[in-house]
Amino acid sequence: MAVPARRRAADVVAFSFASLATVFGLFWLAWILWTTLAQGAAALTPALFTQMTPPPGASGGLLNAFYGSAVMILLAIVIGTPIGIAAGTYLAEHGRYTRLAATVSFINDILLSAPSIVIGLFVYEVAVRSMGHFSGYAGALALAMILLPIVVRTTEESLRLVPDQMREAGFALGLPRWRVTSRILYRAAQGAIVTGVLLAVARIAGETAPLLFTALNNQFWSSSLNRPLANVPVVIFQYAMSPYDEWHMLAWAGAFVLTAFVLILNLGVRFLARKGGNK
Amino acid sequence: MNATLADGEVAAGSPDLKSGELADRLFHAITAAAACFVLLLLGATALSMAWGGRLAFKTFGWHFITSSDWDVPAAKFGALVPIYGTLVTSAIALIIAVPVSIGIALFLTDIAPRWTRAPIAVAIELLAAIPSIIYGMWGLFIFAPFMANHVEPWLSAHLGNSPLVGPLFSGPPIGIGMLTAGIVLGIMVIPFVAAVAREVFSAVPPSLKESAVALGSTRWEILSRVTLPYTRSAIVGAVFLGLGRALGETMAVTFVLGNAHELSASLLMPSNSIAAAIANEFTEADTELYRSSLIALGFLLFVVTFIVLTIAKLLLMRINRQLGRTS
Repeated sequence: MAVPARRRAADVVAFSFASLATVFGLFWLAWILWTTLAQGAAALTPALFTQMTPPPGASGGLLNAFYGSAVMILLAIVIGTPIGIAAGTYLAEHGRYTRLAATVSFINDILLSAPSIVIGLFVYEVAVRSMGHFSGYAGALALAMILLPIVVRTTEESLRLVPDQMREAGFALGLPRWRVTSRILYRAAQGAIVTGVLLAVARIAGETAPLLFTALNNQFWSSSLNRPLANVPVVIFQYAMSPYDEWHMLAWAGAFVLTAFVLILNLGVRFLARKGGNK
Repeated sequence: MNATLADGEVAAGSPDLKSGELADRLFHAITAAAACFVLLLLGATALSMAWGGRLAFKTFGWHFITSSDWDVPAAKFGALVPIYGTLVTSAIALIIAVPVSIGIALFLTDIAPRWTRAPIAVAIELLAAIPSIIYGMWGLFIFAPFMANHVEPWLSAHLGNSPLVGPLFSGPPIGIGMLTAGIVLGIMVIPFVAAVAREVFSAVPPSLKESAVALGSTRWEILSRVTLPYTRSAIVGAVFLGLGRALGETMAVTFVLGNAHELSASLLMPSNSIAAAIANEFTEADTELYRSSLIALGFLLFVVTFIVLTIAKLLLMRINRQLGRTS
């Protein structure tokens, strides 16, 4: 029984379209990565990692920006991870099947996709305004707010994947519930939770919008978190929008390092997760 | 965190149930407090935006969203242009991203050779991992000139004089504008919509597809008459998820939209978006009313994305329930 030509044609058209759509998606990925690589590699110099951000027209590096970003990301992890893991534990374990857990899980998913610029505004209202000035602390708070829902989500999901037999085995030994969670479940889920934190770091490393009016920027070396703090994304933004060629070069160099960091972290984590999963 | 809890105090089978119970309650309370903290954050964000924007809302009333008069020296702030720009660029983004994402999902579930599926899926997901500021730089230095030199002259020459869509494509080809921003946004939204679409496509029960095959359906007919109707609400959910992302995207749009406060019908003209206006102007806002107006814009953005994302989540929950999964 041959399929009529019209139906066969519709089939071919639809499937060519689907293949083309995939090529279309991959095409942009390749174009953007190629641009970042080509422009960034040309702008890479040793000075990038040893010198401070320069005034217009001079050459320099991004040392202070790398330092500021690293400090704020670390602080965001320190603030966001414990709260995130505790909340995720409530959703998956201690508050399982409660209305509160269902609500929080729902709201958390919305926070996950909430516009990051609004988070910047919120931290501005709460922290910057009350302190009276922009600061690295405010920037770290904003980043922690973006990291938090990611950690909540991955903790919840990875605890859900732990088989119930492990819980039952713990209870059968007479362990109280908190010991079952902390001694057995966390240990079983730790790989997945660490994966989630690393992916969250990859996400916040490139976040620019929430830092624009929290950490702001600082052209000079400053190790104080209580003052405006240089950071890679905002430097890239300001330098790319400027009319100076030297600044454009530095912006591309920063973009290259940032993209390489984010992609390596993403791919590395996936690779490790898959290897761990096969064991 | 478990390192700080005393070791060995409650050994297995310990008769000391009292202290175990206390620790249990404490642990429960800590996790519950952390969960409530997440709720609190969302509530506090909404409240602080509303509070920060109250001056603008009180001063301008409805004119804040119906007036296109954004005049800083005269202290007049009407947000119609950024609202319009946000809606138009998001619409362009969805027009591009939705069919492409569905195509990608279909390709990955039904067409691609099995061994290529995982690598291609990861590559598409990497589109979401690239920081938006990188999209912005690429958009400004590479893509906008490309649009100005190759695409936009063609558009205004061929479509600029046609009766219906003409006004959309008239004007000088400068590369920076709503069309360019919409396309960049579309690329950024693709991975989010494609990931959800792929997940729900692969969740269609094989027996349904097999019965369609048995009736002599072509693969296109399986997609259009079995897969899509079965996953319809989840696909709409995925589209809303993409919309939520597009509405709030900031940096990429800030680079390629041009920060103009004039309303124009042409997609080739510079415009503004809510997020871009905040990013560009907030640190320069020197009066209380100016700052309040920008925070009021943030409030509007937050409320709209909250509604859009809630719809998305509800639609996606429905299919998950159908498939017998939780959350």
